[in-house]
Amino acid sequence: MRSKDRPRYVLTVDHLRGLFDELSDQGYEQVGPIFRDGAIMLEKINSFDELTLGYLEQQDKGSYNLDQHPDAGYFQYSVGPQSFKKFLNPPRRKLWEANGSSSNFEITVPERPAKMVFWGVRNCDIEAIRILDKVFLEGAYVNDWYQAAKEDLLIIAVGCTHPSKNCFCTSFDSGPMPYEGYDLSLVEVKDGAGHHFIADGKSDLIKHWLNDTEAQLASKDDLEIASRTIEEAIDNMPIRLNPKEASELLKTNLEHSHWEQVASRCLSCANCTLVCPTCFCSTTEDITDISGDHTERWLTWDSCFVGDFSYIHGGQIRPSTRSRYRQWMTHKLSNWYDQFGSSGCVGCGRCITWCPVGIDITEELAAINDNPVGPAKDKKSRGNEKHKGST
Amino acid sequence: MSTEKKKLAVWKFASCDGCQLSILDCEDELLLLAEHITIAYFPEATKSVIEGPYDISLIEGSVTTPHDAIKALEIRKNSKTVISIGACATSGGIQALRNYIKVSKYVKAVYAKPEYVDTLETSTAIADHIPVDYELRGCPINKYQLLEVLASFIVGKQPNVPNQSVCIECKLNGNPCVAVARGEPCLGPVTQAGCGALCPHYYRGCFGCYGPKENPNTSALAQHLSEYGVMDSDLMRLFRNFNSGAPAFREESKKYD
Repeated sequence: MRSKDRPRYVLTVDHLRGLFDELSDQGYEQVGPIFRDGAIMLEKINSFDELTLGYLEQQDKGSYNLDQHPDAGYFQYSVGPQSFKKFLNPPRRKLWEANGSSSNFEITVPERPAKMVFWGVRNCDIEAIRILDKVFLEGAYVNDWYQAAKEDLLIIAVGCTHPSKNCFCTSFDSGPMPYEGYDLSLVEVKDGAGHHFIADGKSDLIKHWLNDTEAQLASKDDLEIASRTIEEAIDNMPIRLNPKEASELLKTNLEHSHWEQVASRCLSCANCTLVCPTCFCSTTEDITDISGDHTERWLTWDSCFVGDFSYIHGGQIRPSTRSRYRQWMTHKLSNWYDQFGSSGCVGCGRCITWCPVGIDITEELAAINDNPVGPAKDKKSRGNEKHKGST
Repeated sequence: MSTEKKKLAVWKFASCDGCQLSILDCEDELLLLAEHITIAYFPEATKSVIEGPYDISLIEGSVTTPHDAIKALEIRKNSKTVISIGACATSGGIQALRNYIKVSKYVKAVYAKPEYVDTLETSTAIADHIPVDYELRGCPINKYQLLEVLASFIVGKQPNVPNQSVCIECKLNGNPCVAVARGEPCLGPVTQAGCGALCPHYYRGCFGCYGPKENPNTSALAQHLSEYGVMDSDLMRLFRNFNSGAPAFREESKKYD
């Protein structure tokens, strides 16, 4: 059944509480946004009531503030510093361990991830998961842990009604309202008249549950209010970039003087890449105990802003901050199309908010756009320039 | 791997002993350590001394006296591998604050008989005096990193001690950024990881105990903090802490002196 033909329901908080308990009974591990240490973080939760309730946020370049507000609902903010990639490709994960001596050892591999429910997934993060699917599931090398985590995954999406100042998902095809890639999608409506959710169930499991709830069907008015809140969100997000044009622009401006200018401000601290919902780079570490009889191999998130990231025999390929920032931005906005057939950016704005010095990727792009270097150079001349040590 | 036990010596220069205590703090791992290495010289732990030469010498503390400088040379001659441990040994420590003042003036003010005090004008890292095979940062060092370094030297592999930012540890540990979410002045983006992002975990800005990270942009961070109202005198103190002798922090601090 097509999305627009499906019935929409009006769900109450109690309905969702009931869904949470039912999924727990079915053995799902559930994760969602909770308030912790001054931010909205994504963590494992044991009850629906652990979800964030009553917070509004203010984000700006390099700043993030939350305020409690009696009228605020469960999902009336945009995104915090974490994305759901931390559950699909964890920051640190043991790949295997080996015990024994060099002539006689045994390798054990940790258990596969539990089946999970993600609560409160924004469309930017759904887009990001779709992008990670291409990275981890397509091609010659499949990330089997990611694959297992995705297998039984339930996604409870929310229409994003309160985008932050740094959000720019409208610059991409996606926008704030999920249209696919979820099991249940909710638009939260909280006003003087009450608190409810306009729900669209997509997967069979959720459709059956929706039937069983005997929840009210959404009226024309209900749907109108829901779509108006999303329209308002869209109106609150100015278009900040044209992805296709950005991709071409960057290809022809690899030697632009602005890269040096960004590098003077960039700390190469790697925060932007770690908060990015699509950055997927990792490294492996071997940990050997002093006896040499026990070794573990761990996979850890890595970043193109780290010096060792580009280290090969003889030195680093990208020793300067200029070359690292350029690598990151051109990969996100340009080379990603060549590699994976889409943008690597979803417009969630995390890299802008969580940059300790507030560097804004869209402003850096605009600075290059304002004063482009000129026509595309052919591959040969680009290669030669690189060889001269332009990084 | 070789079954022959390596001889380990632990030396102390100008320091608080905290890094040596990190060795004793290994507790559970100490027995395993003792199975694979002979602790030949470690006055903080035992009076018994096995004469050198040593396979591995760990040096804690900085060089602050002419006698220290000579002692460092002797240790180098007597050791196959020298590893300096901690902020004092790798950058001069908190006592490198003396590098910014006239020490003889202070000696005169503090001591009744200043002529009895034979001290250098500076506090400097061990590597400023002798070739060092490896430097392990931290104030104090992280015991797990120390075990990693010792195990690596025994097994013959590169120690896994990343020189990237503290921010990466915050993100891996799931700490919301204290700089962005709380406005705390934090040295994390220019400081080397290793502590496990201890201070941000307790809502404090990073003090820079592990010294500058690889490729640190101290001036961009300082400028940003300055725009957010941090005064020059505070910026100077921020960079003049446990690693004030590390070149990147030293040069940045001088701008606000």
